Amino acid sequence: MHDFGYHRPASVADVAGLLASKGEAKVVAGGMTLIPTLKQRLASPSDLVDLAGIAELKGVKAEGGGITIGAMTTHAEVHRSAEVQKTIPALAQLAGGIGDPQVRNRGTIGGSVANSDPAADYPAAVLGLGATIRTNKREIKADDFFKGMFETALQDGEIITAIHFPKPEKAGYSKFPNPASRYAIVGVFVARTAGGVRAAVTGAGPCAFRSKELESALGGSFTPEAAKAVKLGADGFNTDLHATAAYRAHLISVMAARAVAAAS
Amino acid sequence: MTATGIGASVKRKEDFRFLTGRGTYTDDINRPGQSHAYILRSPHAHAEIVKIDTAAAQSSPGVIAVFTGADYDKGGLPAGWQIHSKDGSPMVEPPHFPLCKDRVRHVGDQVALVIAETYAEAKDAAEKIDVTYKELPAIISTADADKPGKPQVWADAKNNVCYDWHLGDKAATEAAFAKAHHVTKIDLVNQRLVPNAMEPRAAVGDYDRATGEYTLYTTSQNPHVIRLLMGAFVLQIPEHKLRVVAPDVGGGFGSKIFHYAEEALVTWAAGKLHRPIKWTAERSESFLTDAQGRDHVSHAELAMDKDGKFLALRVSTIANMGAYLSTFAPCVPTYLYATLLAGVYTTPAIYAEVKAVFTNTVVVDAYRGAGRPEATYLLERLVDKAAREMKMDRVEIRRKNFISREAFPYQTPVALQYDSGDYDATLDGALKASDWAGFESRRAEARKRGKLRGIGISTYIEACGIAPSAVVGSLGARAGLYECGSIRVHPTGSVTVFTGTHSHGQGHETTFAQLVSDTLGISIDSVEVSHGDTNKIPFGMGTYGSRSLAVGGSAIVKAMDKIIAKAKRIAAHLMEASVADVEFKNGTFTVAGTDKSVPFGTVALTAYVPHNYPITELEPGLEETAFYDPLNFTYPGGCHICEVELDPDTGVTKIVNFTAVDDVGRVINPMIVEGQVHGGVAQGIGQALLESCVYDEQSGQLLTGSLMDYCMPRADDLPNFKVATQSTMCTHNPIGAKGVGEVGAIGSPPAIINAVIDALSPLGVQDISMPATPLKVWQAIQSAPAKMAAE
Repeated sequence: MHDFGYHRPASVADVAGLLASKGEAKVVAGGMTLIPTLKQRLASPSDLVDLAGIAELKGVKAEGGGITIGAMTTHAEVHRSAEVQKTIPALAQLAGGIGDPQVRNRGTIGGSVANSDPAADYPAAVLGLGATIRTNKREIKADDFFKGMFETALQDGEIITAIHFPKPEKAGYSKFPNPASRYAIVGVFVARTAGGVRAAVTGAGPCAFRSKELESALGGSFTPEAAKAVKLGADGFNTDLHATAAYRAHLISVMAARAVAAAS
Repeated sequence: MTATGIGASVKRKEDFRFLTGRGTYTDDINRPGQSHAYILRSPHAHAEIVKIDTAAAQSSPGVIAVFTGADYDKGGLPAGWQIHSKDGSPMVEPPHFPLCKDRVRHVGDQVALVIAETYAEAKDAAEKIDVTYKELPAIISTADADKPGKPQVWADAKNNVCYDWHLGDKAATEAAFAKAHHVTKIDLVNQRLVPNAMEPRAAVGDYDRATGEYTLYTTSQNPHVIRLLMGAFVLQIPEHKLRVVAPDVGGGFGSKIFHYAEEALVTWAAGKLHRPIKWTAERSESFLTDAQGRDHVSHAELAMDKDGKFLALRVSTIANMGAYLSTFAPCVPTYLYATLLAGVYTTPAIYAEVKAVFTNTVVVDAYRGAGRPEATYLLERLVDKAAREMKMDRVEIRRKNFISREAFPYQTPVALQYDSGDYDATLDGALKASDWAGFESRRAEARKRGKLRGIGISTYIEACGIAPSAVVGSLGARAGLYECGSIRVHPTGSVTVFTGTHSHGQGHETTFAQLVSDTLGISIDSVEVSHGDTNKIPFGMGTYGSRSLAVGGSAIVKAMDKIIAKAKRIAAHLMEASVADVEFKNGTFTVAGTDKSVPFGTVALTAYVPHNYPITELEPGLEETAFYDPLNFTYPGGCHICEVELDPDTGVTKIVNFTAVDDVGRVINPMIVEGQVHGGVAQGIGQALLESCVYDEQSGQLLTGSLMDYCMPRADDLPNFKVATQSTMCTHNPIGAKGVGEVGAIGSPPAIINAVIDALSPLGVQDISMPATPLKVWQAIQSAPAKMAAE
């Protein structure tokens, strides 16, 4: 990697100042995407602003019947959290299935959501549960957050501080992992909530998205059979070495059915 | 059998240092004053180098030197094997300079060498090298490379053909086909694989101005071969001034047999700069520069009589060499492939044609099994298809055509003479262990759960224990393939064993120690095995082709024979007896019919403290060296049976049972043998289900250039293996060993694919290519002639 300046602020307030004063600064959370990118010299920021020293960004707490997870909380911490396991077991299960143990011990929920990798797991949960993304500037509804491949509603200098998940009646997540990377080829998060059924898909499009077809079918009958009966066209889905758009379209129904079957 | 003797599962002596992080790998070696190398590589698959401007790089911080192809004044990397085409002409052997002179021929080709005080500085400087390329169209496809009008990799290789070779009796084969009752035909691709040893390649070059001696530390499976190739052919350094050390090496699988450009470059530049130079590959460089494996496109036809007896086989294969000829590349799709096409069957007439082609891709060379997995996959897929077409049982068609246990030695129509084997025994063992007979009820039970269950079989043979020098010499090898072993008995009776083989995961330090301690009757703790340093070991050909025990172990046995013969003379002197009356057993010399005895240790001490010694007849000391050149290849074989369950919803194939019953000859350490089979089968599963090296057909960019896209098998992809040996002894080496390193990777892929096809057969699916990924299986189900019944 190229040389860069390194900063480890102690508060969220200091982050904004650093980002404003350094020309090409980048924020690093767990670094699971950024560090490999730097090592491959695909990015050359002048400065890295490391969020690891900010205590207020860490931890899980119960809030308003749901849970709020600090942006710098690792996947392993979410997976092991008794609070998450009790309130939204599907979210704990999802966190425990991200990457491998090394990734789960370094990677963070804020980093994953801010990155909006098309094949990341967390965005499906954020959308599927109708979460609220809290930043150093405002609150953003999940439905307004994911804008495209590696694109979100976050503005320059804006960082995620926490994500609030309301408690669903039932939720489940099932993913079909890429055999090599174990990223989601397709991952489907389903939730039955007071406001209706939500079904979010990751891995299949440019970023995580809600499937109206699944939500409509599952709104009628929250059963695996209803999910499996949904037949999606291949248009707009990703095609790569590992999966065609048609295969992804098919897997969405299959994973949705499995997510419903596993929902609790 | 003792607790540490031949046949005991002794825990590996080397594992303490490996498991506690105390191994010494090439990258762990640091020489005083060491500098670091980075190699600028081609971003294009095929391009002319119009101009290279290194001025900015030369003045970059920390830079010691920048070299390009124009600066390099030594030889190219040689091919170690020469194949002749059908018409008698020698193969096309293009130059292979460690730094490209005027053209790059694959993505990753070496363009410039940057040496700096630190690796980061070398890499920073390389970014400042300005290379002007004129891009050229590239040829990537194996199947299309020899078609007219395609981009040409080498001007001398018309239609990209390196050689057009054949083996067998064409006329007899044609005649047998003419009278066949049925002919089964198959088209197969044996896909390209990336070896991916856990330890990336590395090299440290050093030059001693005081003595004029060069030292190369390198990740090699055969340091003496590297010394010979690099010293004699590339850099013109005589052997007595060149030391090659291959210390602990973290896996090779064939990819570390070959002589690589980086080894020559760091050695050459160390001599010019009078600085030690280290180069270590990044993983992405490993993908772009380690010799890759397999890559065959084949058509095969099997002629049978009305009873399913094989009459003749003809095979036509195109084999991809990549952009250059790697060290042993030419022999892999010829003498390690076509010679195996008889398999375990009595097919009387075989004719094989192999066309080797150049493409703008990374070189292809031996990878675990090397040629033999390709032959086995082709044969065992073909035999299964023949059984289906003849409406015969898959096991019975094999049995009917087996070479019988009474038929050995058996001369095949494709040059090999098998010395021993019992294919019915390994088949019976595997059928029983896998509960083949009970499979249909398991299939039916799975069907109730909505799963497609299948079972597949492969009965295979391979040729290893490489190799009789005279034979391989007549076939084009430019080296002998014997092995060397030395036994140094120290004055107090402990022993150092020097072997020219190299252990990079095989456990030689344990197996060879067992062999020596058992034979000499001394504690295994008194035996140290030394390998990997040309200054310590007289000579050696290294480790590949499952040869280490069969050939290297035999050299050790021969050296021990000499030790024992000399020790008997010393013992006879001490016991005042005739040498003819001295017996040696369990570490003690005795005189037949008396109670006289002398322990081995006393004889050793006497050899070095020869106060009471037959000094006029015998030299002091107790150290012997032997070279062993095998009389034949060895022929491990066996039967692999795989049982899979397919999820029709996702296309995922799960291996639910895997049984391997192998004939590997004499087993010294059953645990190590099992481990070798486990590892080989894991790689076979990798090839069958997971791994595929894919280039973009237009740009020649490697699309599977990292572990994010290239799928290596992981523990949770593997079942618990049922592994057993059912051995007949090799008849021509003193141990009886046949070799085990490659059997797992050779026998397993067709068993797995045959199982997948069997699972899909109720839907009418007849073919699926490797790797049988979830996508492919799902697509096969979608386009199957028969649909799955509604659940």
